[in-house]
Amino acid sequence: MIQIRDLYKTYGKGSAEVHALNGVSLDVRGGEFLVLMGPSGSGKTTLISIMGCILQATRGSVKIDGREMVGLPESRLPAVRLRHFGFIFQGFNLFPALSVRENVEIALDLKGVHGGKARDQAMELLTRVGLADKAKRFPADLSGGQKQRVAIARALAGDPPIILADEPTAALDSVSGRTVMEILSSLAREQGRAVVVVTHDPRVLEYANRIVRIEDGKAVTEEEGVAA
Amino acid sequence: MSTLAIRNLFHDKVRLAVTLTGVVFALILIVVQFGLFLGFLETSANIVEHSGVDLWITAKGLPHVNGGSPIPERRRYKAMQAEGVKEVRPYALVFANWKLPTGAQEAVQVVGFDVDSRLGGPWELLAGSVDDLKGDDTVIIDRHYRAKLGGVEIGDTVEINGRRARIVGYTDGVRSFTTAPYVYTSFKNALDYIPMTQDQTVFLVVRAMPGVALDVLKARLQRVVPNVDVYTNGEMLSKTRNYWVFSTGAGVTTLMGAVLGLLVGTVVVAQTIYAATVDHIREFGTLKAMGATNGYLYKVILQQALLSAVLGFAIAIVVAHFVVEGSRSGDALILMPPQMVAGVFGLAIAMCTAASVLSIRKATSIDPAMVFRG
Repeated sequence: MIQIRDLYKTYGKGSAEVHALNGVSLDVRGGEFLVLMGPSGSGKTTLISIMGCILQATRGSVKIDGREMVGLPESRLPAVRLRHFGFIFQGFNLFPALSVRENVEIALDLKGVHGGKARDQAMELLTRVGLADKAKRFPADLSGGQKQRVAIARALAGDPPIILADEPTAALDSVSGRTVMEILSSLAREQGRAVVVVTHDPRVLEYANRIVRIEDGKAVTEEEGVAA
Repeated sequence: MSTLAIRNLFHDKVRLAVTLTGVVFALILIVVQFGLFLGFLETSANIVEHSGVDLWITAKGLPHVNGGSPIPERRRYKAMQAEGVKEVRPYALVFANWKLPTGAQEAVQVVGFDVDSRLGGPWELLAGSVDDLKGDDTVIIDRHYRAKLGGVEIGDTVEINGRRARIVGYTDGVRSFTTAPYVYTSFKNALDYIPMTQDQTVFLVVRAMPGVALDVLKARLQRVVPNVDVYTNGEMLSKTRNYWVFSTGAGVTTLMGAVLGLLVGTVVVAQTIYAATVDHIREFGTLKAMGATNGYLYKVILQQALLSAVLGFAIAIVVAHFVVEGSRSGDALILMPPQMVAGVFGLAIAMCTAASVLSIRKATSIDPAMVFRG
């Protein structure tokens, strides 16, 4: 699904140059729950950003379903993101002025699904994460765990094959974190999606099929997870 | 219409109120200033516009219709000899003093016209008849100026330049651009009120035979009548309007006020929309990360701006309507014709669109990778 080869990312120039990624190679397969771990500043966020076509690599190769993304014009990346990815963020990044249902609908709107069809699909996705009864509420009315479940529903809008999650449990208590991880792992296990999670949270490891540790911009170890 | 645009706009009520206040004030300022300008155009030369005159014969070097000086009345006979002339009548428009019941004096403009031909006579007569002016010492005033002229009623007797005058009728909406109201009377009566001799007139007003080219007749009159200027009614209209509206600076000032309103409104709306964009920057970043194109963000920001424009316009027009209605009883006429309302709507849209440019630039520069930076 995603094939990364010899990936480099450098920020800044001259003496201010920072090498965030130093030749990372990695494969992400469908149906797999992959965890990227590593200390702060190790390059995890840069890697997931490039993987999700949000950031361009300095050099190397990122292929999604066999298609090269490195060097693709900036203007063509939004379409790639829309088609292939669902994103989940540490801070939820919900739209406070929109209701729960509208937060999901806006992702569908971006993918060309509008009106009644979008409403029905949004409700279906909210049902899947157990929040159909909160459809008319606003993010401010929800707990952290509920907000992250709305974010998961939003990420699933348009049925993307790859879910990229950045520290999805960092802002959650253990019960909410567990609920979120169970939903994410089911997306890989039952629906065949590739789920990539960047985290510091050791509780996540029990759901992983594979754990890749990143240090100094390199994938230093790769091991099978508990769920493998 | 994007749900996000609508919701973001109404989510922060204080910001919405500030934005709408900016739009409303700017539009009201534009409506009032431009309406005043139109009112100036209307009132500065209404006496010419409604005169029914084809050609004006005046003393040389006339600055505007209110600034005429006497010419010999016998020139009328010369003018009547010109081929294509149907009739030539004397006409006076001269400042005079109206004595108030308190003893104070109020400046008026005495309009002396030929009652039989009606050339240069009053329009929009509300009470009385033009024929009533055939009687001695009779005058017609506009009802708008009744209070200014001492709360007079039909039948009341007053003094103009120390001579008796009796009010026999009212017009409705015959307003003067200057502070001196028009007082209509027959030319014969006018000679009693103004410092002019029986053999003088201020203007000779000409009605042409049907089908006669006015430019040709003007040149002919200029040839046969010595020491005068001849103007078509259109030329007199432009001359008078240009003098009062542009030469005096009154029109330019009001137009500048309208432009200022537009600029202030644009800046206020730009500031609030920009501040709103900055506040929502993370949301726009999230949208971009999710796959929204810059075009999608432009649409959201533009729709917010256009919604502000439409709401602001609706409020402004309601308020402006009351201001305009209020002006009918005031000294300065403010006009708001439908074309101006349509124009102001266009300006509101243009103003809010221009105001959103900075925000659009900000949205374009968002790096979607910001969403992964905690």
